Amino acid sequence: MSAPSSERWRRLAGNRNLQVGLAMLAALLLAGAFGPHLVRWDPIEIDFAAALQRPGAAHPFGTDELGRDVLARVLAATFVDLQVVAVCVVLPFFIGSLIGLASGYFGGWFDRALMRLVDVLLAFPHYVLVIAIVGSLGPGIANLYLAFALVVWISFARIVRAEVLVARRAEYAQAARLLGYGHARVMLRHILPNVITPSIIFMMSDVVLTILAVTSLGFLGLGIQPPTPEWGLMIAEGRTFLQDAWWISVFPGLAIVYVGITFTVLGEGLDDFLRPKG
Amino acid sequence: MSAVAAASLLEVEDLRVRFALPGRHLVAVDGVSFRIEPGEVFGLVGESGCGKTVTCRSLIRLFGGSPPKSIDGTVRFAGRDLGTLDAREWSALRGSEISMIFQDPMTSLNPTMRVGAQIAEGLQQHRGLGAREARAAAIDMLGAVGVPAAERRHHEYPHAFSGGMRQRVLIAIALACRPKLLIADEPTTALDVTVQDQILKLILKLRADLGMSVLLVTHDIGVVAQTCDRVAVMYAGKIVESGTTAQVVTRPAHPYTRALLAALPAHTRRGEKLRPIDGEPPNLAQPPAGCRFHPRCAFAVEACRAVVPPPIEVEAGHRSACLRALEIG
Repeated sequence: MSAPSSERWRRLAGNRNLQVGLAMLAALLLAGAFGPHLVRWDPIEIDFAAALQRPGAAHPFGTDELGRDVLARVLAATFVDLQVVAVCVVLPFFIGSLIGLASGYFGGWFDRALMRLVDVLLAFPHYVLVIAIVGSLGPGIANLYLAFALVVWISFARIVRAEVLVARRAEYAQAARLLGYGHARVMLRHILPNVITPSIIFMMSDVVLTILAVTSLGFLGLGIQPPTPEWGLMIAEGRTFLQDAWWISVFPGLAIVYVGITFTVLGEGLDDFLRPKG
Repeated sequence: MSAVAAASLLEVEDLRVRFALPGRHLVAVDGVSFRIEPGEVFGLVGESGCGKTVTCRSLIRLFGGSPPKSIDGTVRFAGRDLGTLDAREWSALRGSEISMIFQDPMTSLNPTMRVGAQIAEGLQQHRGLGAREARAAAIDMLGAVGVPAAERRHHEYPHAFSGGMRQRVLIAIALACRPKLLIADEPTTALDVTVQDQILKLILKLRADLGMSVLLVTHDIGVVAQTCDRVAVMYAGKIVESGTTAQVVTRPAHPYTRALLAALPAHTRRGEKLRPIDGEPPNLAQPPAGCRFHPRCAFAVEACRAVVPPPIEVEAGHRSACLRALEIG
């Protein structure tokens, strides 16, 4: 993190994972941004005459039971899914990191109370809780965001807190207090930059978990609602035709796999880049 | 002496610091009193665990993760009773009037901030300087502590600096606001010998330039002899001997000081074995009765087991807490 820019370029040049990850991410974003405009078909328009066509020259990914072009829908879903995933990851990242920071820094009853709450929440698998919350509040994007924010912050809080427990005893943190700086300044300016890296790296793996969770919720009908194109929803809609028209479900599935691989590779690369070993 | 005493920069009286252990108490500092005059280098010397660091930290009331159960006694700084300050007043005092440098320069700098910014931060906080002025002052300060090419190096990160250079940076941070008192807790312990000497000389030079006082904490009585005007020797939470450096080093009046001096390699002839102090430092949770040094003392008599020796003035300004101080000195 502290490398001068030339050193940073050198480290990037030697980091194959980061290069591949960034390239895959760029391709994904480009496909999401320009893809829908390059495809002739509208992702929502229904055309029964063209229903359930095999992948071919006219429709490279085929069409679904309502005659919608699968390629157009997969591309249109890219930004829908990425947006949802971004919010579902970034919101808990901020909430969790700040809570973890304060909890580890101040310690005492505040820390103990928070960590007991975390223990209780951890007793349930994350996504069971998310499903429970969305299920009881009703499907929809806002409730989805709320559910993720309420549940996933604990992972970030735990990661950051563990790092803060070490960092707050570091002499530079004590030295900052010694120089007469207030708690907020010491926490945000002196400790946070030193403890946030593992949290950022975890965020990458959390993207992979979240894309699966969001698409699973879509599959279960708890996430984004039709007719908005969404990968999980598309898989769900295609499953009745799986024996005759595999392409309806398989292509959005491949898109999910692609996103998963992208962020896994990116996370590995970022880990090497931000935490050089040896 | 009373005219001088009234003008003391720091007066510590009967400082007593207790820590709570499961089921018992540990008195880490037990009735320590000393004064530091303006412009003076005062040495606090003793072996590991004798309470030197706890004494320093009680002066500024910062203990990291493990605060003591109680701090008793009075600490006066420039005439103010520090026991009465609130959190805001402490923040205004620390780093501004009293600064401290730590033992390990490798871990005391924030690895994610440029060194110039770390020096400038204090000036912005305490002196209300703007970003540009603070930056210029930081570069000046970096030059003043002997970092070459300060203009270029102030925007490097700590990892680009060697141990000795980092200690210089830490000194620059501590002194940026021109404090009246610098507490240096083993500032050279983590450095190699040639660098140690440079850093000590630097501290002495800056003391003269800035007119500040220095509380130098060390386990190395050789360092004390080189640098300090006056010195106090601590053992097991108590000051056992104090006086001018010349008095204490050349005419030690406490058996512990004598043993410390005898243990210096320079006081041993070539081919001769080094003379360590026999035994181990006492457990402060259950200190020995009477004089705390008596189990390890070559001069101990029966009375030492029962009587806590009061400080005896063996000559003007030279005190020793030993029943036989007058015979030894």
